[in-house]
This record gives sequence, structure tokens and C-alpha cells, in this order.
Amino acid sequence: MITYEFLQNYWWFIISLLGGLLVFLLFVQGGQSMIHSISKTEDEKKLVINALGRKWEYTFTTLVTFGGAFFASFPLFYATSFGGAYWVWMLLLFSFVVQAVSYEFQSKPGNVFGPKTYRAFLFFNGIIGTFILGVAVATFFTGSEFTINKVNLVNFGAAGSVMSGWDNPLHGLEALGNLRNWCLGLAVLFLARTMASLFFVNRLDHKVLHERSRKYTLYNGVPFVVFFLAFLIWTLVSDGYAVNPDTREVFMEPYKYLHNFIQMPVVLVIFLVGVVAVLWGISGTVLNKSFNKGIWFTGIGTVLAVTMLLLVAGYNNTAYYPSYTNLQSSLTVQNSSSSEFTLTAMSIVSLLVPFVLAYIVYAWRALEGKKLKLEDLKDDGHAY
Amino acid sequence: MDLLLNAAVGWARGQFALTAGYHWIFVPLTLGLGVIMAIMETIYVRTGDEKWKKTAKFWQILFGINFAIGVATGIILEFQFGTNWSNYSLFVGDIFGAPLAIEGILAFFLEATFISIMFFGWNRVSKKMHLASTWLVTLGATLSAFWILVANAWMQYPVGMEFNPDTMRNEMVDFWAVAGSSIAMNKFFHTVTSSWGLGAAFVVGVSSWYLIKKRHQDFALRSIKIATIFGLISFILIAVSGDGSAYEVTQKQPMKLAAMEGLYEGKEGAGLVAIGLLNPKKEAYNDDINPYLFKIEIPKLLSLMGYRNINAFVPGIKDVIDGGYTLPDGTTALSFREKRERGLLAHKALADYQQAKSEGRDTDAANFEKVIKDNYSYFGYGFLEKEKDVIPNVPLTFYMFHFMVLVGGYFILFFAVVWYFHQKKKMENSKVLQYIGLWSILLAYLASQFGWVVAEVGRQPWTIQDVLPVQAAVSGVPAGNVMTTFILFAVLFTVLLVAEVTIMLKQIRKGPDF
Repeated sequence: MITYEFLQNYWWFIISLLGGLLVFLLFVQGGQSMIHSISKTEDEKKLVINALGRKWEYTFTTLVTFGGAFFASFPLFYATSFGGAYWVWMLLLFSFVVQAVSYEFQSKPGNVFGPKTYRAFLFFNGIIGTFILGVAVATFFTGSEFTINKVNLVNFGAAGSVMSGWDNPLHGLEALGNLRNWCLGLAVLFLARTMASLFFVNRLDHKVLHERSRKYTLYNGVPFVVFFLAFLIWTLVSDGYAVNPDTREVFMEPYKYLHNFIQMPVVLVIFLVGVVAVLWGISGTVLNKSFNKGIWFTGIGTVLAVTMLLLVAGYNNTAYYPSYTNLQSSLTVQNSSSSEFTLTAMSIVSLLVPFVLAYIVYAWRALEGKKLKLEDLKDDGHAY
Repeated sequence: MDLLLNAAVGWARGQFALTAGYHWIFVPLTLGLGVIMAIMETIYVRTGDEKWKKTAKFWQILFGINFAIGVATGIILEFQFGTNWSNYSLFVGDIFGAPLAIEGILAFFLEATFISIMFFGWNRVSKKMHLASTWLVTLGATLSAFWILVANAWMQYPVGMEFNPDTMRNEMVDFWAVAGSSIAMNKFFHTVTSSWGLGAAFVVGVSSWYLIKKRHQDFALRSIKIATIFGLISFILIAVSGDGSAYEVTQKQPMKLAAMEGLYEGKEGAGLVAIGLLNPKKEAYNDDINPYLFKIEIPKLLSLMGYRNINAFVPGIKDVIDGGYTLPDGTTALSFREKRERGLLAHKALADYQQAKSEGRDTDAANFEKVIKDNYSYFGYGFLEKEKDVIPNVPLTFYMFHFMVLVGGYFILFFAVVWYFHQKKKMENSKVLQYIGLWSILLAYLASQFGWVVAEVGRQPWTIQDVLPVQAAVSGVPAGNVMTTFILFAVLFTVLLVAEVTIMLKQIRKGPDF
């Protein structure tokens, strides 16, 4: 029986899955953050940029779809977070705006500002896009400052008629004042760089870059593990935002997220499988010189681990977007979702997703039948 | 209204107009050029003639440059509903979010996936698969246009929804009423065909430049042949859908129609202004100053277009505000004051409803709910104070509308003439026509932009017609912050546009690879 509650949970799962896929696809950004370090010569840079340039649209499109799906299924989150933590999201968007033109423009004659500018744009997106997204997701566990009062709409007060008001004048930048948010931000940044290194190991037919990418897997893998564990342990031992299932009241519960893992053993197991796969991909690539498939282990592991982490933020009577200035304004899967009708309509549309995935796989395979080398760039007709 | 709020609304609107305007420089070319290059590649696959392949590939390079910046300027639009219009997102996200999500799932992935095959797959997939990819990219772009226009049409004419006083938002009750509304269909048809027209004007214009320079003449004439036929068909369809638009606007947004025509006093058997000059001295909607300095009218045409009846009464701005005329359904139109009263009744009942609910007074709550329901059609008027608040910027709407219509008519003539010259093999020798072709690109872009100005400025003050005006839709972000992002986007988009145009010109100068 498909109940409203089922649909709400289904959509939280879809959002979590899109979040997981998005973090995996951030390997493009991770690669961009290394174009000045992993590739030294112009030829190396060209190869790296072209390898990433054939994938950037997937990440971009996933981000846009993530936004659209979040809007449609949890509009109260969309209104509260985007309209409140204004600078966090604007910074993120700004970095993706400059990315979108950079691949196409950087090597084209007449691009006015020279390739260095566009590569700087790619670098900026590589650092900011990953770090800020990590910080934003961390606030799902650490909380934000907002108050929701829907009657404001018709009680035109001092704040106009704004229904979801942000309580901090920094409008989102205050999230940088929390060290735990930094931990996840840096973890995502280094994870993206690690995955990019693994991607290069897998995709490039270039001896020097190949060797260097293995080294970079280690250099980035270590800080990733450190920052990720710091965030994870810190979160597991902290108080979490729990919801009383009967009264819907939000309250602070010690070890809430640890309890969530224990009370949802399936989530815990998949999370651990994900983490092991991530580490397997990294360590295999570092230790075994002939192992080239690390990106698939780490990539799929990332999707699993991030998806489960987001489920922990929203399932099991937890407020996924908490407010610490006004606890009862915190957003839960139940109080922020769309109506049953909309969720049903959207669920029908979501049945087409496997079809979408199928043609993505087809296209990926059609283009990636063999590894990418410099000589291919001319033959393929469209080089960056 | 509070001055601070006023500034915040102003900057938020400015930012939306800026980003949407920039985005719309690139989208129509993607839609139009997409079809044209797909047709060219189809001819290549059918005939095996390498010249057509090279022709298609050249236009594909320009498509790619344009596409990248279209993507860059587009992402901000989606997120802006949340960042700058949070009340709006909360109030109608239940309905408005769905088309945006569907656009992502069904359209963007199609585009993004097959564009990689289109760009990089010439030697990696079969000819036919490549052709299919090119068509799928265009289909993806067109589907994306469909869903975003469904969303826009819904703001102009909100259907398929019910207000829920518990969640304080509008909820979808009929998906097909939203996705299949007549105004959405017409908007889609008009917008997509106009983009085809722009693509055709672009191809003819660029090809004309080669003819002027006497370079790649064979390539240029081949491109002109396809683009001219396509352009002529497109502009005839634009005229048909434009007529449909006028009909829809008359039925659903009489104030917008009145502003488009500068019509203050309604009349039966109203004519359509062909050319006119507005009187800048006109200050109030109800003063006695003649709104026109000069005009040439086509008799009865406005009544015919708006009501399919040459003698129908078309209300003017004054009529829409003062009410009292008979609506097509036989009822009498309410005045602004009456609508405002009813909007305020709904507001008060909503506040009372929330209060009653929180105190457990269910019978009272039920009574308040009925008051809300009875007056909800005028909910948005409760946020407005004065009559003039419901009048959009008349000169802007009027001039943009008339410019657009004249350009549309011009292009039918233009493509017919170019086609004739091309058939008679005179195109390569007619310098005048070549120069006209080149400069017509600009006209197509202006008309395309102006069309959106008419649609969006003409519906002010509403984000959602009659339900939510801009000042109640905006986020709580202070004006200074929005001003900062406005400046950032203005500078960035301008810089990127300069780069895009320079790259484009460089590629055109370089020419096709023959």
C-alpha cells in the first residue's frame, strides 16, 4: 500500500541517492582543482582538461536535477535554505556558472582573456564547488539559524511577509564558523581530488600522468580519510536533532546519529560496505601498480556511503535540516514535503530514471571504449 | 509599502530580469540552430555527400560555443526561485517544482548525454547513431523548453491547484491541467517556433556575410537554402501562435492585453494598433489625457483576435480597474477596490483560521476556511494598496509588443524574398540583400528578447496572476546583498558574453573546413 508516509520516505531516498551520485561526479571538480599540479606540461594539461571535459556535463546536470527534485519534493527546504543561506548557495552557483563556459572557451581562439583565465575558473569551481557543498551538507547535522512562521504571509510585519526567515545576518556564511562543517567540506574536497586521480589512472593512456595520478591518490586519500573520520566521529558522539514521533516536537538527543545507525542496521551495513569500497579503491591503486579500476570501487562506494549518510540525517524521526535558533522550525521529511498528489505524480516520473541511466551508460561506453590519449583529441572532432 | 522592502523587491526583480535576459540570448539559437544542423546532417546521412557533413559540422561548432554559455546562464535561474523568491517557493513549490524536476530528469540528461556523442562521437559511433544523437540533443533542448514554459504559463494562469490553509500553500490537484493548459501549449508553440525563426535568421545572416566576402559561396548558398525554407515556415507558424497568444492573454490577463495595446478606455469592435506613439504626458489611468500622440489602427482586429468576434467588447486599463463591464461568462467584472476587499477578507480569515486551529476551535476554523475559499481568487489583491499597483509599465509593454509584431511580419517578407532570389540564383549577386540578411540577425534577437519583456513586464505586479504579487513573493535577503549578487552577475555575464561573441566571430572568420 502506497501511503503518504511511504512517498515522503521514497523521495527522501531519491534525494539522498541524487546527493550520493552528485558527490561521486564531483571527481570532475576534484580534477579541476589539480590542473595546476597534476599536469605540468601544456600537453598534459590538455589531456587532463579533455578527459574531464567529456564528463563535466554529467556533474552539472546532476546538480541541476538535484535542485529541481529537492524543490519539487521538499519545497519548504528549498525556500528556507536557498532563500536564507543565500551566500553559500550563490557562491556555489557562481562557481558552476564560470565552469560551464570554461571547457568550451579555454582553448578557442579569440577567447579574450586567454586560457589561463578559464583554467583559473575551473580551479575556482574545483575548490569552491566541492568545499562549499560539503559545508552545506554538514549543516544537515550541525544545524542552521532560521525561524519559520507561515502566518507572516498575511500579517505583513516588520519583516514584510517572509514566511521562512534567516536569523543570522551573514546569510549562510556563518556556517564557516563551525569547525565540524569545515571537516566535511575538506573531506569532500579531498575525496573529489582522490577520485579524480583514480579517474586519470583508469582513463588516461599517458605514462607520466598515470604514475603521478597514483601518487596523487595517496596524497589526497590520506587527508580525505582524516577529515572524513573527524566529521564522522564528531557527529556520532554529538547531540542530534530528534523528533518525537507522537507530538512531532523536535528535541536534542545525545548520540542521535549513532542511534540512527544502530536502529537502522541495513543502512549501517550499506554505509560500511560503501566506506570499505572507497578505501579498497584507494589502497588498491596505491599498493598495486597494475590495478586500474579503483575509480569504480571508490566511486560506487562514495554513492553508497553518502546516500546512507543522508538517510541517517532524515530517517528514523530525525530533523534533516535543523534550526538551532528555533528548534521547532526544524525541517523534517514529514513537515517539509510536497503534497501526496505531487509526490505521487513525481514518483511516476521517477520510474523513467532507469531508462535515463541506461542511455547514460550506453553513451559512456560508446565514448570510452578505449583509453584517452593525446592523438585521439584531433580525430574526435571536438577538442577543448 | 516599506522602502526597504521596495528596494529588496526591485533588486530581486532586476536580478531575475538580468539573468533571464542573458539566458535568453543563447537559448533560442540552441533551439533553432539545433534543428537546422540536424536537418543538414540528415541530408548527409541520406545522400552520403561529404559537403553536407562539413556544413553540418561547421554549424555544430557555433552551436557548441553558444550552448556552453546557455548552460552557464541557465543554472542560476532555477535556483533563483529559492534564493530570491523564497515565499513564492514555499507558497507554490508543490506545483511549480514538479516541472523543474521533470525538466532535469527527462530533458537535461538527454541533452547532456547525447551532446557528448554529438561532439566526440564522429569516429566512435555509426553514422546513424550520430545522427540520432544530434536529433536527441535538439529534442532534449525542446523538451526542456516545454517544461519550463509549462512552469511559466502556470504563473500567468494558475490552474490545477487548491489552497491548503493548514500547510499555507497551494497544492496540485490536477497534473494535466498544469502540464496541458491552453496557455502553456500556446507559449511552447510560440516560443519554440520563434526560436526556430531566430536560428534561421542567424544561419542566413552568417551565410550572407560569406557571400559579401565572396568566401565559401557554395557552403553559404547551401546553408541559405535550408535556413530560408525553415525560416519561412517558422515565421508563418509564429504568426499563427502569436494570434493564439493574443487570444489567451485577452481571456486570462486582460490588463496585460490593455497595456500591450495602450488601451485605457475599453470599447466594442476595438481595432489593433499597427503603429502608434504614446503620449508621455499621460499620468493617471483615469485622467482625460489622450494616451496616444498618434496611431494607425486596423479596425476591429483586436476584438477579433481577443474574442473571435469583430464586435466584442475589449476592456481597457480603466475598465479592468473600475470593473462593471460584462465578462465573457456573463458575470459582471469586479472593481480593484472590490477585489482588494475580498483579498483582505481572505487574509484575515486565514490568520483567524490559524489561530482557531491552534486553539482547537474546529467549528470556527471550518467557517474561516469557507471564507478563505470563497475569496481566494482575489487573494493577491489583499497585498496591494492602490489602483495603480495593478498597472504594468504601459510604454515598455506597448513598444516592445509592437516592435516584436512588426519584426515578425518583416521576417515573413524577408524569407520569401531570399527564397525567391535563391531559386533564381540571384542571391550571390545581390549585395543589398546580403547586407540586409546580415543585419537582420540583430532584429531577430531584439524581437525575441522583447517578446519576453512583453510577457513578463506585462504581467506585473504578479508573480502568480491574482494570487501573489512580487512584494509578497520575495525572500528575506536584504536589498544590499541582492544588489551585490546583481552586480556580480551583471559583470560576469557581460564579460562572458563579450568572450562568446569574440570566439564566435573568430570561428566564423575562420570559416568551414572545406
